[in-house]
Amino acid sequence: MKRRQPILELIDVHAAYGRIEVLHGVDLAVPVGEVVALLGPNGAGKTTLLKVASGQMKATRGHVHIGGSHVNEVSADAMARAGLCTIPEGRSVFPNLTVTENLRLASYAGAPAERILQIAFERFPRLRQRAGQLAGSLSGGEQQMLAMARALSTEPAVLLVDELSMGLAPLIVQELYDIIAALAATGVSILVVEQFADAALAVAHRAAVLVHGRVVAYGKPDDVADELSTLYLGGAA
Amino acid sequence: MGGFLALTILGLVTGAGYAVAAGGLVLTYSTSRVFNVAHGAIGMVMAFLYWELSVNQGLPVWLTLLLVVGVVAPVLGAVVERIMMRQLADAPVGATLVVTVGLLVMLIGVAQAIWPSTARTVPPFFAGSDLKLGGAVVSVHDLITIAAAIVAAAALYGLLTFTRVGIAMRAAVDNRGLLALYGARTSMLSAMSWGIGAALAALAGILLTPVVGLSYHDLTLLVMSAYAAAVAGRLLSLPWTFVGALLLGLSQSYAVGYLPTTGALSGLRAAIPALFLFAALLLAPQAQLRVGQIRGIRGVPVPGLLRALGFGALAIGAAAVAAYALPGTTSDRLSLGFIYGIVMLSLVPLTGYGGYVSLAQLTFVGVGAITVARLGTASPLALLAAAGAAALVGALVALPALRLQGLYLALSTLAFGLLMDKLVFQASFAFGFNGSLAVPRILGLDAQSHYLILTAVAFVGVGLGVLALRRSRYGRYLIAMRDSPAGCATLGLNLRWTRVRIFALSAGIAGFAGGLFGGLRQTVAATDFQLFNSLPLLLLAVVAGVTSVTGSLLGGMLLMLLPVLASEVPAVGGLAFLVIGVASVGLGRDPNGLASRLFALGRWRPPSSFPSVRLGRASRGEAAS
Ligand SMILES: Nc1ncnc2c1ncn2[C@@H]1O[C@H](COP(=O)(O)OP(=O)(O)OP(=O)(O)O)[C@@H](O)[C@H]1O
Ligand SMILES: [Mg+2]
Repeated sequence: MKRRQPILELIDVHAAYGRIEVLHGVDLAVPVGEVVALLGPNGAGKTTLLKVASGQMKATRGHVHIGGSHVNEVSADAMARAGLCTIPEGRSVFPNLTVTENLRLASYAGAPAERILQIAFERFPRLRQRAGQLAGSLSGGEQQMLAMARALSTEPAVLLVDELSMGLAPLIVQELYDIIAALAATGVSILVVEQFADAALAVAHRAAVLVHGRVVAYGKPDDVADELSTLYLGGAA
Repeated sequence: MGGFLALTILGLVTGAGYAVAAGGLVLTYSTSRVFNVAHGAIGMVMAFLYWELSVNQGLPVWLTLLLVVGVVAPVLGAVVERIMMRQLADAPVGATLVVTVGLLVMLIGVAQAIWPSTARTVPPFFAGSDLKLGGAVVSVHDLITIAAAIVAAAALYGLLTFTRVGIAMRAAVDNRGLLALYGARTSMLSAMSWGIGAALAALAGILLTPVVGLSYHDLTLLVMSAYAAAVAGRLLSLPWTFVGALLLGLSQSYAVGYLPTTGALSGLRAAIPALFLFAALLLAPQAQLRVGQIRGIRGVPVPGLLRALGFGALAIGAAAVAAYALPGTTSDRLSLGFIYGIVMLSLVPLTGYGGYVSLAQLTFVGVGAITVARLGTASPLALLAAAGAAALVGALVALPALRLQGLYLALSTLAFGLLMDKLVFQASFAFGFNGSLAVPRILGLDAQSHYLILTAVAFVGVGLGVLALRRSRYGRYLIAMRDSPAGCATLGLNLRWTRVRIFALSAGIAGFAGGLFGGLRQTVAATDFQLFNSLPLLLLAVVAGVTSVTGSLLGGMLLMLLPVLASEVPAVGGLAFLVIGVASVGLGRDPNGLASRLFALGRWRPPSSFPSVRLGRASRGEAAS
């Protein structure tokens, strides 16, 4: 296969909480400028994988490579400053800060605050209207927009997103995935974790299925979609 | 009304000092969720350092200020943060309290070791240059104090509102892990906030020294006023904190001016911060139960009845041998150790099983001693009356505090202890103003050896009772409540009444010990039970192991021994405080304490019925999510 070298690569990664191993040797690659969808049932280890990739958790074995360098020992904040943007599961904004304050904090990743605000408000006029409002009082969809605004405006090289669609109406999910696709088109490499596969598979270049801490399928979205229903019992796909 | 104006100015000045201290407290609390009980002690040590450099060494005032407030205090704050946060990330409130109280006690020990107690005065800034303001005299120092408060308020507000660092400090409260994902260096942020907090504590200490005097305890307790102000701001709101501080300063000042300086109400002035703290605690809206926090603590083994009886007999036997083989003074010391042991047993159901922290346990001991003294009888029933009276007081403390949780509950015990110190114990029905009381010996056991055996028997009896409690249904409730209050609430267990009962029980045991203590000493005074002595007691209880009877005995004996040891090394003043403080900063996280290490030596396996999640530190892999 002729492919550009992947920008994010997990090689035989194991991870554990205390003595309980959750990832049992995961291999996964995110090529430059592509969207990879990581699917799998509850408790499969998707969030854990994202934590390892983003430096929040150390792999107990194996290697994490970003842009060709070994980053197992790099802390999450250093990764963020180096151009890795992570939007974790659930609430990924600071509820007791205003929208503007949330966006100002995004400048820790490197881009100047003025530019971040400008890009964010341009892309999401709704956020501009709510600039002075506490992020905790935004609707779920608006909160995810705020989170995505950070991803957009800080211009990261790699974007990791966990459960983007959780609890959101289909229309908003569609809008968010359109942004993902647009971001990928500008060269950002993206790993999206989802339980409900349709929206993610629609924009993904590749998909992987994680079950019980192992990648059981990896390939083109269409092929994976076919396998998906037989792979996990949820049948949600 | 020159007098009124003068009092108002004094009140504003004191309030301004409180405001500076409270601002620092709020900053550290709101950025790290660790309530620094030692905040005042930091200010105290820094005030001493200020005296040392400017008065003793003769450095210019501006240079000393710069050094102390600008360099030493922030560095101290950052170092404390390193120690605290490493120990206390995600630790339950009880552990954070114990460790910060340990720091407080340690800092007092440090100050006493470096600056042995002699009279020291710190001159006010620009002494002698006073201004006249409508009949009242305002010193330049007063103006500087008020200006410092205004500047500190404005600077803190500006920092937290307009700077990225300040916004990040607030964000860290919401979600530290997420802040790291944004790319912020979170550990540097909290070190900074602790540094600024300590600098403000130092500034407040230095500003208030001319008012309060350079004293280990008074300056440390000054923080009570800062707590009160901070609680008025719900520990988070700076503007309310500053309003609270000014109100407190004013009411204290008017109390000085208008309340009688003799008689029962004379203590009221000193008690105002405690009253204020009580009021603030009760009126401030409470945080909701935090759902989903399950904190298992690996329990220590609960011995079976036979085994417990065996050890009990062993302890009484050993006491009997010691009673006849050793001189009377040693008997008295051992008696004291057993009595302290009973006080520590009183913490086992409350703190060990229930997870509540009482910062004023000695106050209940005092209530017991007063009861026996006032009854004036040697009948053993007097001990029961002592227990009953103390239990009643304990229930009374717990009642208004029914809606309080964790930190607030512990602070209310602190306020209670101070109130009792300053008001009740000074009243004529208690010790009287600076008075003392004669206490009869139970059963008329005048021989020191007999009294030792009595205290040993009493300790074993209470110990067996505590173990029986632990094995009962009620004991299991307590543990469940400690590990998951929210879970118990959803199961329909009534948290509040259970809590009142546990406070009453604990206070009752302490009161029982108080009766024995009074009999041992034969004369007791309010100073025997003052708030400051409750703190080392709590700390040693936790260090020795507040979940087991063995730990209580160990702690009781240590508490008795430490002053003895310290008097052997008089060169190091405050040695006992230092040792206790260092030990509890190091070990305060684990309520099973040294006793559990003893059990490990004896190869007693802890039961596996407890989740083996560790208290405090998360393991390396578990980053915040
Ligand atoms: N902090 C933790 N401590 C202990 N075990 C954990 C922790 N977090 C997750 N686990 C366990 O690790 C396994 C994988 O969890 P993970 O959150 O990675 O799953 P997931 O695939 O993201 O699931 P979901 O789709 O529900 O979000 C689960 O069995 C979970 O119980
Ligand atoms: Mg997940």
